[in-house]
Amino acid sequence: MGMTITEKILADHAGRKEVFPGDLIQARVDIALGNDITAPIAIGQFRRIGAREVFDRERVVLVPDHFTPNKDIKSAEQCKVLRDFAREQGIIHYFEGGEIGIEHALLPEQGIVVPGDLVIGADSHTCTYGALGAFATGVGSTDLAAAMVTGEAWFKVPESMKFVYYGKLGEWVSGKDLILYTIGDIGVDGALYRAMEFTGETIRDLSMDSRFALCNMAIEAGAKNGIIAPDEVTEGYVRGRAKRPYRLYRSDEDASYVDVREYDVSRIEPQVAFPHLPENTRGISEVGRIEIDQVVIGSCTNGRIEDLRIAARVLKGNRVAPYVRLIIIPATPLIYHQAMEEGLFEIFLEAKAVISPPTCGPCLGGHMGILAKGERAVATTNRNFVGRMGHPDSEVYLANPAVAAASAVKGYIAHPEEVVKEV
Amino acid sequence: MKLRGRAWKFGPDIDTDRIIPARYLNTSDPKELAKHCMEDADPEFAKKVQPGDIIVAGKNFGCGSSREHAPIAIKAAGVSCVIAKSFARIFFRNAFNTGLPILECEEAVEGIDQGDEVEVDLGKGEIRNITKGLTFKARPIPPFMESLLKAGGLMEWVKQRLEVGGR
Repeated sequence: MGMTITEKILADHAGRKEVFPGDLIQARVDIALGNDITAPIAIGQFRRIGAREVFDRERVVLVPDHFTPNKDIKSAEQCKVLRDFAREQGIIHYFEGGEIGIEHALLPEQGIVVPGDLVIGADSHTCTYGALGAFATGVGSTDLAAAMVTGEAWFKVPESMKFVYYGKLGEWVSGKDLILYTIGDIGVDGALYRAMEFTGETIRDLSMDSRFALCNMAIEAGAKNGIIAPDEVTEGYVRGRAKRPYRLYRSDEDASYVDVREYDVSRIEPQVAFPHLPENTRGISEVGRIEIDQVVIGSCTNGRIEDLRIAARVLKGNRVAPYVRLIIIPATPLIYHQAMEEGLFEIFLEAKAVISPPTCGPCLGGHMGILAKGERAVATTNRNFVGRMGHPDSEVYLANPAVAAASAVKGYIAHPEEVVKEV
Repeated sequence: MKLRGRAWKFGPDIDTDRIIPARYLNTSDPKELAKHCMEDADPEFAKKVQPGDIIVAGKNFGCGSSREHAPIAIKAAGVSCVIAKSFARIFFRNAFNTGLPILECEEAVEGIDQGDEVEVDLGKGEIRNITKGLTFKARPIPPFMESLLKAGGLMEWVKQRLEVGGR
């Protein structure tokens, strides 16, 4: 019987010829990642058992991206724990100041994660790297600590679900809408403990930025990982970036899946997830009039250059509605630079948007755009839980960058067509 | 090991932001985290919870972020055990890694109300609702997880392996 791409990567990293769903394996990790919230606990655990050296200073990656630039004294102390550890251990991929980007945009961009990798990260959105054809999953700080010492982690081999997308995407529809639609279909635990494998002709035509957004939110369906088999689009992205040799895996024809779902994407319109779960999705035509106070365009889901370009296209020549704040967060310094050179910043500034340095910031209610009681935001982020962006009585609506930008201009959740006059 | 306390009932899909909001994640001090445990689900919880009390929740408990601060906060608040219909996978790992006992049992969740006196026998995987006189059997803990628990958690397990390997 054949294996899925997830099973093949896990088998190879466990030194086995084959693995089956349910098998418990001890596997070699290519990259172990932590951030300023999760790594301090991992570093504490590392020291507690008397470990002296990380297993490989090129494979332990530390990105202080959540509460940076340091939002308060306690956050500064947490970042200092990372800095001191990085210096002591000679961590190669530690990022500081103007090098910092949102980890899940930064690692692929810098070629630190490559196709065929097995990656664990003490951050739930580590599943983003599945877009490269890697097995990547979120873990807690203690799992990270164990991997920092041993270079290994234990896994239960997940069952795989296959999602087949066919048809042509509508003009304002992106990877974000595909994943929101899918979560709306299967629910926030619809893929619990499972691998989500995204395939089909639509995926083959999807840009890398859209693929990252798609895999990023696999965790929002409870999945262990999301994955897309690498193709020429993946190779085009990886070429010139990869810091290590990579390997391209794909699922066998006769691999087995616990569930196969097919979606005709030509029928999917831009999606909006209502509070307080990502599964509460509706097509934009069914949203009704919802007034908003803030818009956030950024995050590990949608802070990439393509996202900023789409936002700029909608914002060009427009202005943010009165009493509404628009915060735009390029995800990495490179994207920031690129957006500046392409003239996107001028469009954003003329629209009266705030341009933030790369940070996770408001996505998790950390800083740089917190909501007051009763306020509503449209965000291109990944979670709309109670209190996610601030006060427990505030609300977050998840959408793609085009819808977010259009909503900022209108002051209510709006279809991009309401704002963009086609030439 | 037997655990005993009053039940605190919560619904389905309790995410880690509700267990410990990110606005408090500028520290990993268990005592500080405990003060805000479950704050966005029940603002009274942290003030009223007693040592030994048990959280009883619906499906997908602990969904969302990977923050180990969630089981740390629950444990430091004095909660002895979490019983849920199902757990999100990262929370499941984290609970074992931080030594927070968790049990999956749909029937127990249906058969326990807020404030009921509950006793849990971890060894047997038995949940007793003392108030209502009902007994439930939880899903057994996977053998590998049990070996981790026996070793005293993942880091102790790693330490033992390192000592054996002479690294």
